[in-house]
Amino acid sequence: MTATQDVDRAAPAGPSFEDRVRRVADAAHRMRHHVLNMGEVQGQGYVGQALGVADVLAVMYRDQLRLRPADPHWDERDRFLLSIGHYAIALYAALAEAGVIPVEELETYGSDESRLPMSGMASYTPGMEISGGSLGHGLGVGVGMALGLRHRGVGSRVVNLLSDGELDEGSTWEAAMGAAHHRLGNLTAVVDMNALQADGPTAGVLAIEPVERKWEAFGWHTVRVDGNDVPALLRAFDGLAEVDADTPRVVICDTRIGSGVPLLETREKAHFMRIDEHEWQIARDQLDQGAQR
Amino acid sequence: MSTTTRKRLTTSAMIASFVDEGQRTTPAPFGHALSRLAEERPEVVGLTADLGKYTDMHVFAQAHPDRFFQMGMSEQLLLGAAAGMAEVGLVPFASTYSVFATRRAYDFLCLDAAEPGLNVNIVGGLPGLTTGYGPSHQATEDIAILRGMPGLTIVDPCDSVDIEQAVPALAEVSGPTYLRLLRGRVPTVLDEYDYTFEVGRAAELRTGRDVTLVSSGLMTMRALSAAERLAEHRVDVGVLHVPTIKPLDTEAVLRVGRSDRLVVTVENHSVVGGLGEAVASCLAFGGAARNLVPVALPDEFLAAGALPTLHDRYGLSTDRLVRRVLDALEV
Repeated sequence: MTATQDVDRAAPAGPSFEDRVRRVADAAHRMRHHVLNMGEVQGQGYVGQALGVADVLAVMYRDQLRLRPADPHWDERDRFLLSIGHYAIALYAALAEAGVIPVEELETYGSDESRLPMSGMASYTPGMEISGGSLGHGLGVGVGMALGLRHRGVGSRVVNLLSDGELDEGSTWEAAMGAAHHRLGNLTAVVDMNALQADGPTAGVLAIEPVERKWEAFGWHTVRVDGNDVPALLRAFDGLAEVDADTPRVVICDTRIGSGVPLLETREKAHFMRIDEHEWQIARDQLDQGAQR
Repeated sequence: MSTTTRKRLTTSAMIASFVDEGQRTTPAPFGHALSRLAEERPEVVGLTADLGKYTDMHVFAQAHPDRFFQMGMSEQLLLGAAAGMAEVGLVPFASTYSVFATRRAYDFLCLDAAEPGLNVNIVGGLPGLTTGYGPSHQATEDIAILRGMPGLTIVDPCDSVDIEQAVPALAEVSGPTYLRLLRGRVPTVLDEYDYTFEVGRAAELRTGRDVTLVSSGLMTMRALSAAERLAEHRVDVGVLHVPTIKPLDTEAVLRVGRSDRLVVTVENHSVVGGLGEAVASCLAFGGAARNLVPVALPDEFLAAGALPTLHDRYGLSTDRLVRRVLDALEV
């Protein structure tokens, strides 16, 4: 059942692969602008991570997920769980791109009374499925949702975006084992491998490689892809349609912090990146120059 | 060398019985109640973390195998997944031991279930001092851990009657709940009283002019026995059973607090953060501060041993409760 739906998704009657790439890449470009604009209002934020994950989110929200933007609680929607609450800035950009929240609302990001708090919370924002922030929760909740939806005969997919830092959490691996045991083919994990966590480069904080072999050993169909290569991402997600319908699947996405803005890509990597007042416009200009190339 | 050969009691199985001699019991009331509820409500499901047999969840698993989910010895997953199931419209009951639900998986109960206000029902075995296996399994501070969690309903049932009625009632509560489970052969006591379990309501099981015992959980059973015995000492003792620790029935507690009787709180929990302190703060915050006599477990890690020995040592036996009341009355 699930596989059939995946085929339907992967082979839409309409746009060609090239059209899909263009649609996603355009969306990712606009989302990066949204992120810079939101970051400028706050003067800070998880801008580097949000730029890095923009292509992945654009693939999800403009190509993969089955959603009704005007009805965020539609029972048959795909569930996208952001367990990394501090990536909210990136998801708000995606939700605006998908039409779930108005673009104009993005300027309220992080302000009092806003529906868009700094850390993503379900009770604040339409389309935010869970309250992330305490890491290592999303995949376990995703297991429950996938079990529950299958039990109810609802064909929706559950997708959990987690960070490489979240692989440090034992609960992530409890959930990984549970998903394989319960044969949750309707569950997809997307790991943002930006190689950076709060105290520094992931490799120095707690060695997590070899990541693919870990997921494979836990019984997951495993794909690793350049998370800033839109055609490669589309092929990776399309390829999941061929996976055994009883197997949970993980797409490990290697992303570049600050992707699309050389000023930030080359800056010394920091979990919470400092950007000076005059740099926001430079960043926007660099983003547009990159898009023209 | 001593020649005394008095046989010492031995630590029994993990889940020791606290049934009094000759007492009526009902087998696995939780498992049967959940199975019955599931027949009426198709959205009810059961989960456990490798403790189905030890929390009476196996009864449900046998009755409704397609609605039972074994999550393995993974308590964080148990509570996260239960929350996920509730997110998609199911009504999960998730069982493990109280120590694991509270100490080990607190963050998951708190953020996945309580913060979104989901109908997730946690069923915790071995509450308080109901096993002789020592601090690893004795959840002496589970209520203290959980009382600060916003929106969580906490129920400490006395017997099989309480459990059978609490299960459907907790499924009706829209937010998360925590039930302190009594399992196996569970005493049947409250059917002799004009009593119905209601979430958030305390019940005056007997009235008394001299003393009120404010009790919860299995200690209500002991309070009722103690009241009988104290009558032999011409002490007239009432019992207020408080099965819901949170939200507390503040009206009933204030009514007792404003009387001129001796008030004794009686609980199978640490003296820190349980029923006694909930009653004390209710009275103080309600402008009715007064002396209370707390009967509770000490603020210590408890010993291993046979349950009757431990209940006597730590003051939960009926004998010790009677003595404590008489001492307080200086009889």
